[in-house]
Amino acid sequence: MEKHEQNVSGITADGNQFLTFILGAEEYGIEILKVQEIKGYTAFTPIPNAPSYIKGVINLRGTVVPVVDLRVKFAMSEAEYNQFTVVIVVTVGTRVFGLVVDAVSDVMNIPRESIEATPHLGRDVDTSFMTGMAKSNDKLIALLDIDKLIGEDVLGAMATAN
Amino acid sequence: MKVDLKRFHETFFEEAFEHLATMEAGLLELETRGDDAELLNTIFRAAHSIKGGSGSFGFTEIARLTHVLENVLDRLRGGRLATEPALTALLLKATDLLRDLVEATRSEQAGTVPIDETVAALEATLSVEPAAAGPASARAPAGAGPGAVCEISFRPHAGFFRQGQDVFLLLQEVAELGEVLEAKCDRSRLPALEALDPEACYLSWTYRLRGVTSEAAVRDIFMFVEDACDLMITTVAETTASSSAAAPASAGALAPKRQADASSIRVPTEKVDALINLVGELVIAQAMVSQVASGMTGEGLIQIQEALGMVVRSTRDLQERVMSIRMLPVGSVFNRFPRTVHDLALSLGKHVRLEISGADTELDKSVIERLGDPLTHLIRNSVDHGIESPEERVRCGKPEEGVVHLRAFHEGGSVVIEIADDGKGLDRERIRQKAVAQGLVRADAVLADEDIHALLFRPGFSTATVVTDVSGRGVGMDVVKRNVDALNGAIIVSSVAGQGSRFRIRLPLTLAILDGLSIQVGREIFIFPLLAIAQSVRPAPGAIKTVLGGRGEIFVLRGEQVPLLRLDRLLGIAGAVTDPYQGIVVVLESDSCRFGVLVDDVLGQSQVVIKSLEQNYRKVDAVMGATIMGDGRVALIMDVVELHRIAVRRQDETEAAAAEADAETGAEAVVTASVP
Repeated sequence: MEKHEQNVSGITADGNQFLTFILGAEEYGIEILKVQEIKGYTAFTPIPNAPSYIKGVINLRGTVVPVVDLRVKFAMSEAEYNQFTVVIVVTVGTRVFGLVVDAVSDVMNIPRESIEATPHLGRDVDTSFMTGMAKSNDKLIALLDIDKLIGEDVLGAMATAN
Repeated sequence: MKVDLKRFHETFFEEAFEHLATMEAGLLELETRGDDAELLNTIFRAAHSIKGGSGSFGFTEIARLTHVLENVLDRLRGGRLATEPALTALLLKATDLLRDLVEATRSEQAGTVPIDETVAALEATLSVEPAAAGPASARAPAGAGPGAVCEISFRPHAGFFRQGQDVFLLLQEVAELGEVLEAKCDRSRLPALEALDPEACYLSWTYRLRGVTSEAAVRDIFMFVEDACDLMITTVAETTASSSAAAPASAGALAPKRQADASSIRVPTEKVDALINLVGELVIAQAMVSQVASGMTGEGLIQIQEALGMVVRSTRDLQERVMSIRMLPVGSVFNRFPRTVHDLALSLGKHVRLEISGADTELDKSVIERLGDPLTHLIRNSVDHGIESPEERVRCGKPEEGVVHLRAFHEGGSVVIEIADDGKGLDRERIRQKAVAQGLVRADAVLADEDIHALLFRPGFSTATVVTDVSGRGVGMDVVKRNVDALNGAIIVSSVAGQGSRFRIRLPLTLAILDGLSIQVGREIFIFPLLAIAQSVRPAPGAIKTVLGGRGEIFVLRGEQVPLLRLDRLLGIAGAVTDPYQGIVVVLESDSCRFGVLVDDVLGQSQVVIKSLEQNYRKVDAVMGATIMGDGRVALIMDVVELHRIAVRRQDETEAAAAEADAETGAEAVVTASVP
């Protein structure tokens, strides 16, 4: 419970390392402790009647891991998968998920004081899975709460869809 | 330093259940074999083991019950009590109670099981002592003369205490064995204080006792610490030679048992599962290497392929061996049935003998664990409905005693478990009448044997005229069917009126592996369980009829109408064959449905390792699981019954039309057509 609250409020005292990645022209960051590994693109096996952002499942050393395309999830234009396309493997609770992104950018230390609260972007823009915005040089990085994004939204939606 | 005993508790409970099973089996056998010394010894040892463990862990209730139980068994063993049915029944009851108690202790509710009554009943049998033996010499043996002196030298190893053993408890038990003539403690090994390891044991003891029953009785006390001490027992038979002659004999009987125990080890299932996973990975990796190598040319190719051949053989061997670790003999579940049949026959006033064969046939642990309930149902059913009352049997010219055969054997790649009885067989007419009364079949319907048998497994169907507490409430057979289905198994019934009925359960060797047929739709590959496939054919021209303007399709196969489903539409796959005559129809069958699916191609049959989708994702409709193919890609394994359910849900109209077409051609509305 306590851990969850820390995640919602932003960053734990020492958990200020982020893996940043690129989607189109935008840059995003996720807490590095959630990242299990980064994997090149492999062919997905589609799952029948799954939400469109679930691209399918892949074989990760013998376990079957679902893959979420963040472009589709964020309603961006879909990109062709190419040799730069990577899958960031994250752990959400006991589950393992893959996130398809355009490219991995960097591992960054982002001090807590340089993270600003997510601004309100209007009623139609859901920002509940964002923990804040960070500035680095001239880039603006949207920090994602992966538990919320996958855990509540995707898994929750899947559960209720049934 | 305080040793945390908690982590040993689970081991104790597991072992206790095993010992309980041994006791129960032994007690039941006692009924037929009478006073068999070795059998009594086995039962006694099992009880004693539980008592020993419970004492060390401080489970006082268990210890109290086993103590008195052990005393009774000891008297039986010593021939001072006779094995009568009443006593065996009491002992069985006590064993049941002990199981409840162990169960309760495990869930930390030890106080909830009342044992006083049974303890008192057991103690009462003890008080029926031959008049000659006075209370003071209650433990005095019948065989050994009162003058026999036993010298026990007990020398614990230095690490004795670190194993969590308590010398005091042991010595206390020794002192109870007879009259203590002398007790000496040897402190000669005790070092100076600065060199003393506070956790080591430096002391040893010598006891001289009069009136010890047998050497075995002494060894029983030390059986848990045997490896942690040096034990010497010398019996000086002053008056009779019989006791010393008896002692080595029983000690000899103990020895081989011990060795058998030491040849197996207890390993947590997760460790084995991890191993199986890893081997699965290895097999896939090896397949990938083989695939790459087969596309290579040039020098050294032959050597590579030869080496690969060896790798392939070894990996296959390895996989088989690793899989076999999870395999257990079905005997572990069969063991409980002699008791079931015994109790049930008694309460029904029937004479029934259970014959078991093939108990050493091996099956996956997870299959075995889920086999208990369906088998219990079937066996109860055989005893209750199948076997007639003794009078009726005599009237029919059969022996008074009915026989239920429980058999397990290999057949092809699967294991068959068969429950056969020599009772009256299934009553076709009654099943039929009942089905008509319940509106399941038309009164004028002609039913084949298979249809009759299929009716048996329908929920809520029972032909028992009287509802007893044994069976006849209409729950059971459908549960059996469901359980067997869940194990990817099949159940077949055959019956001859007046001669008996037979239920055959065919099971896969393991739940982790499935015989599957790979099919292709578009660019995707799916696996269908081979058990569900009736046949696959390329449709002959004109064999596919449409209804409702093409919304529904019916495949006519040798005059039979099979609803045809398009897998690509159901699963949302692009790029599949649309002209049915270019594809292949796979006819799928389960107990509740029969339908065809149109696929692009059938790729072949293979054994696949089932992987969970739920582990990281969730249950997907119509998908049973996933597997990893030779090229490392994931393929989904389809669940035939669910696939049909979804199709029916989506194509309600079409289904109705198909049923209409069925009715027009006069097909019987039997089970296969009445889809839920």
